[in-house]
Amino acid sequence: MERMPKWADVILTPLISLVLAFAISALVILAIGESPTEALKVMVEGALGSSYGWGFTLYYATNFIFTGLAVTVAYHAGLFNIGGEGQAAMGGLGVALVLLAVPWPHWALALPAAMVGAAVFGALWALIPAWLQAKRGSHIVITTIMFNFIAAALLNYVLVNLLRPVGSMDPASARFPEAAHLPKLTDMALAFGMQWGKNTPANVTFFVAVIACLLVWLLIWRSRLGYEIRAFGKSERGAVYAGISPVRITVIAMLISGALAGLMAINNVMGEAERLVLNAVEGAGFIGIAVALMGRNHPFGVLLAALLFGFLYQGGGELALWTSVPRELIVVIQALVILFTGALDNMVRMPLERIFMALRKGRA
Amino acid sequence: MTARPEAVNGAPAIELRGISKAFGPVQANKNIDLIVPRGTIHGIIGENGAGKSTLMSILYGFYRPDAGEILIGGGPITIHDSQTAIRAGIGMVFQHFKLVQNFTVLENVILGAEDGRLLRPSLARARGELKRLASEYELQVDPDAMIEDLSVGHQQRVEILKALYRQADILILDEPTGVLTPAEADHLFRILRGLRDEGKTIILITHKLREIMEITDNVSVMRRGEMVASVKTSETSPSQLAELMVGRKVLLRVEKAPATPGAPVLEVRGLRMVDAAGVERLRGIDLDIRAGEVLGIAGVAGNGQSQLLEILGGYPEKGARLEGEIRLKGAALPLTGSDARARREAGVGHVPEDRQVEGLIMDFSAWENVAFGYHDAPEFQNGWLMNQAAIRADASAKIERFDVRPPNPELAAKNFSGGNQQKIVVAREVERNPDLLLIGQPTRGVDIGAIEFIHKRIIALRDAGKAVLLVSVELDEILALSDRIAVMFDGRIMGERLPDQATTADLGCLMAGVEPGTPPEQAIPPAMGPAGVA
Amino acid sequence: MDFPTILQILDSAVRLMTPLLLACLAGLYSERAGVFDIGLEGKMLMAAFAAAAVAYATNSAWLGLCAGIMGALAMSAIHGLAAITFRGNQLISGVAINFLASGLTVLLGQKIFGLAGRTPALAGPARFSEITLPFAEALRPVPVIGPIYAELISGHTILVYVAFAMVPLTWWVLYRTRFGLRLRAVGENPASVDTAGVSVTRLRYGAVAICGVLCGIAGAYLATGISAGFVKEMTAGRGFIALAALIFAKWRPWAALGATFLFGLLEALANRFPNLDLGIITVPSMFMSALPYILTVIILAGFVGRAIPPRAGGEPYVKER
Repeated sequence: MERMPKWADVILTPLISLVLAFAISALVILAIGESPTEALKVMVEGALGSSYGWGFTLYYATNFIFTGLAVTVAYHAGLFNIGGEGQAAMGGLGVALVLLAVPWPHWALALPAAMVGAAVFGALWALIPAWLQAKRGSHIVITTIMFNFIAAALLNYVLVNLLRPVGSMDPASARFPEAAHLPKLTDMALAFGMQWGKNTPANVTFFVAVIACLLVWLLIWRSRLGYEIRAFGKSERGAVYAGISPVRITVIAMLISGALAGLMAINNVMGEAERLVLNAVEGAGFIGIAVALMGRNHPFGVLLAALLFGFLYQGGGELALWTSVPRELIVVIQALVILFTGALDNMVRMPLERIFMALRKGRA
Repeated sequence: MTARPEAVNGAPAIELRGISKAFGPVQANKNIDLIVPRGTIHGIIGENGAGKSTLMSILYGFYRPDAGEILIGGGPITIHDSQTAIRAGIGMVFQHFKLVQNFTVLENVILGAEDGRLLRPSLARARGELKRLASEYELQVDPDAMIEDLSVGHQQRVEILKALYRQADILILDEPTGVLTPAEADHLFRILRGLRDEGKTIILITHKLREIMEITDNVSVMRRGEMVASVKTSETSPSQLAELMVGRKVLLRVEKAPATPGAPVLEVRGLRMVDAAGVERLRGIDLDIRAGEVLGIAGVAGNGQSQLLEILGGYPEKGARLEGEIRLKGAALPLTGSDARARREAGVGHVPEDRQVEGLIMDFSAWENVAFGYHDAPEFQNGWLMNQAAIRADASAKIERFDVRPPNPELAAKNFSGGNQQKIVVAREVERNPDLLLIGQPTRGVDIGAIEFIHKRIIALRDAGKAVLLVSVELDEILALSDRIAVMFDGRIMGERLPDQATTADLGCLMAGVEPGTPPEQAIPPAMGPAGVA
Repeated sequence: MDFPTILQILDSAVRLMTPLLLACLAGLYSERAGVFDIGLEGKMLMAAFAAAAVAYATNSAWLGLCAGIMGALAMSAIHGLAAITFRGNQLISGVAINFLASGLTVLLGQKIFGLAGRTPALAGPARFSEITLPFAEALRPVPVIGPIYAELISGHTILVYVAFAMVPLTWWVLYRTRFGLRLRAVGENPASVDTAGVSVTRLRYGAVAICGVLCGIAGAYLATGISAGFVKEMTAGRGFIALAALIFAKWRPWAALGATFLFGLLEALANRFPNLDLGIITVPSMFMSALPYILTVIILAGFVGRAIPPRAGGEPYVKER
């Protein structure tokens, strides 16, 4: 017997959690002496009120789609990949190496190659924690945290000592070849004779991200591997009974997860910065956790949650520009979303279940 | 400190009046009366699920009874939690010990019963107390040894010491010999007798008749949540107890023609298994099953049946050591390095004992579960993706043929009743027409209608010339379905019987580790090395 | 390297290891009780901000310390609520706490001080001053021992001595008191505590609260001891290094002292020698800063001295029948 109807489980519970998170965010805004409605107005205006705002919103959302999908795939295998930050950083290194190694004649050639570089580097960075988890039982959460820091140190070293062009003081790689620059959404709109999102970083990667959502959906819910990943994530003993190898699934799921996180670099490194800089990921790997939790670990939920967080990011930036509210407000909202939809899930769920049980009893 | 009720002179140590406890629709205890006289060893015997453990959990404050009254030493008492039980002088030795593995014996003994904020005085007192108890009751344990370094038998002594340190007058032991070697069990009984002679009251929950006969003064028999008899041990016999325990239930009838066994399908020779913890779970199993017959394995849960099924199913416990030979249709199967997938391909179907943990993914829909384990079958593939239409069609057909209700393949497995969940698993495994079907507890938690249906399917598979290995703790089921019956006890086959020649008393004795018709002393299996060396 | 240089590096290591040691011991209490805590970073950060803000307002480092402890305790309360009462995922809760502190400190700081997340610089009694131990000057001329006493042992803030005193104290509490026995038991096998009639919930909340207090001291030391005020993200990953040290120390107090000293020393060396020339190879500072994490992964992998966490760690306790 169901404790509560499916719609309550899938929609009502997360919705209440979200409302709680945003209500407390509003209280925080009140506490620092600003009006939540005014703040919301500024954010909506700044993020969605113009094509300029949209250009940034979509750019941020693209990052979060990739890192959110990375958390999602690992989650379905029962693994908490907190290492998206490091995997995305290593993906950036992969992109830079590919793009600097060959004088690419055209972006359409460079993009697939860079994607391979990003995915491979991200996946390899997830491989060691995955292998240690599967074979040695080392807790994947701790190892992926450690690997975030190791990646940061490694990148720092590579940028300062190896990739930095001669004579430059900036710890950053050389600029990528001109021909390898990805088309911005604004250029694409212009090709259709539209003025849209001038001077915004949103680029063709957004479409890659949307396709990635679709592919992850196919992987998780339509493929045999996805079936095995989900079965393993729900019940390890069941998986063993069915002949599914825990080691194989752990490693493969983490490879895919790391590759997805790495692919984010197409957007921020290749699409926006057009060179590799220090701390290019800027916390997007961690936002992926919030995005996945909020999107209920479903690729389409992730897409929506990523758009919401893209909006929050751009809106938060605008807020900082026009009011005295710093953009760290977004970090607080992000924390509250993680807290309520993730850690305090039972706080909402348990009373709801009791209500539905009582309702059912009343009817019976 | 002394919330202990005043002992009324001559009053029984424990008296239960009309205790009832239900979990949802399941009535675990029905109107139970029990009187345990002071200074006696009282056995409570019954099959799996008879309600023994529930009753004892009520005594220890884990559950509150729905109705009824508890009297300790003649005075009524309400047991809210374990704290109350401890104060009332009740000590409990659980089947699964509640010890901290990396603590010393002393630390475990004083945990929760310390004298003050500092440990030193408590430890010193406990050391003295342990020394006294050790000499008094043969309860020798090195007080400074780590629990994880102790044998299971010694760990159990620590549990007993814990209770005695808390000045328990009443000691409850739940299946205490399940994990012990015969030698260790004998030592335990000496301890228990010593405690009784000092005036302690002991309740021994067990399913082993030998133990009841050997050590108890009185015995109560539970069956299906009810207390069906309380007798003096000296005035009863193992066969009478076995019959009381198993009961004269409505016989399950399955219409079946005599078996016509063909060529051997499964041959097992000298199968031994030592699990990762070093406990020998299988001690040399020999089995033969021919095409067109059902071999039923009877026995109380925990005597190695689960391990046998897992090994035959291709997924022995991680870290286990295996020895022996398994042949399927004459071809040797690898003992290790194989997996369940390879075993299915070789023609072995498996309905696991626990459908909720292994047989089904409870959050998956029914149609996804019908493909579980066979999800890489070629007919379920569609290029890179799974052919969901094919799987759904297959599932719908099986759901219809097995009359799964509601016949909705989209519903998650967890939302079906137990019987319908089991039908999904059985449908999946039987419809593949395996040469050998392993089936564990086919009807546990399944309603009558579904039981009948599942039984018919098992017989139909046999009549189609397939081999069936049936493991069940339900003796009725074994008797109704099997063409031959093997009884497992303590990791070995105690004996084989033909169903029409076996009596319940006879099988009950085998299940309890006693060769029928032999005096108990000779029936003790030879002592093996202690499980988990001290 | 001459003797004064070595002394200077060691002195710097002692200063740098202090917050690590406090946070590491904080994590030790929590995790030994079976509550995993990857939110040490956030607790310390919140404490650092609260300490700096109150120390500035009251011009008292001690009131700042109290505020720091309260700030970290508030974060602990959230963690306890999620991890113990609502049996939520302890790791997710830790992640949330880190972000919450990271955002709230800047938000509040901007509101109160308007300095982009910084607090004004602290001076005088708003900071913990360095204590000169008795006879430090008198003993200085004594060869070897004199400078060690005067430079290395003397001349730290009171919080440094508190941190070092916490090591034997923690050991004593853990292994010599009733509370410690129960705390360790509840992290290994909560059922053993429960069946003995002791409340698992109360014990775990107690442990989480102690964790908050120690993180509070660590944060206060960062803002009012080692530096003069709060700066955005000033913990800079120290909570995670402390976590690494805890694993490295296998959840034992004296080993925690060793692990945090090692990690503090690595940081001191990296600060002093951006490129450490060992003759054959030059070790870049980035390698030194990554070394704590690399060492921890190696320990976790169990190739050298496997680290086994408390057995019941990370699992909410559900009474079984």
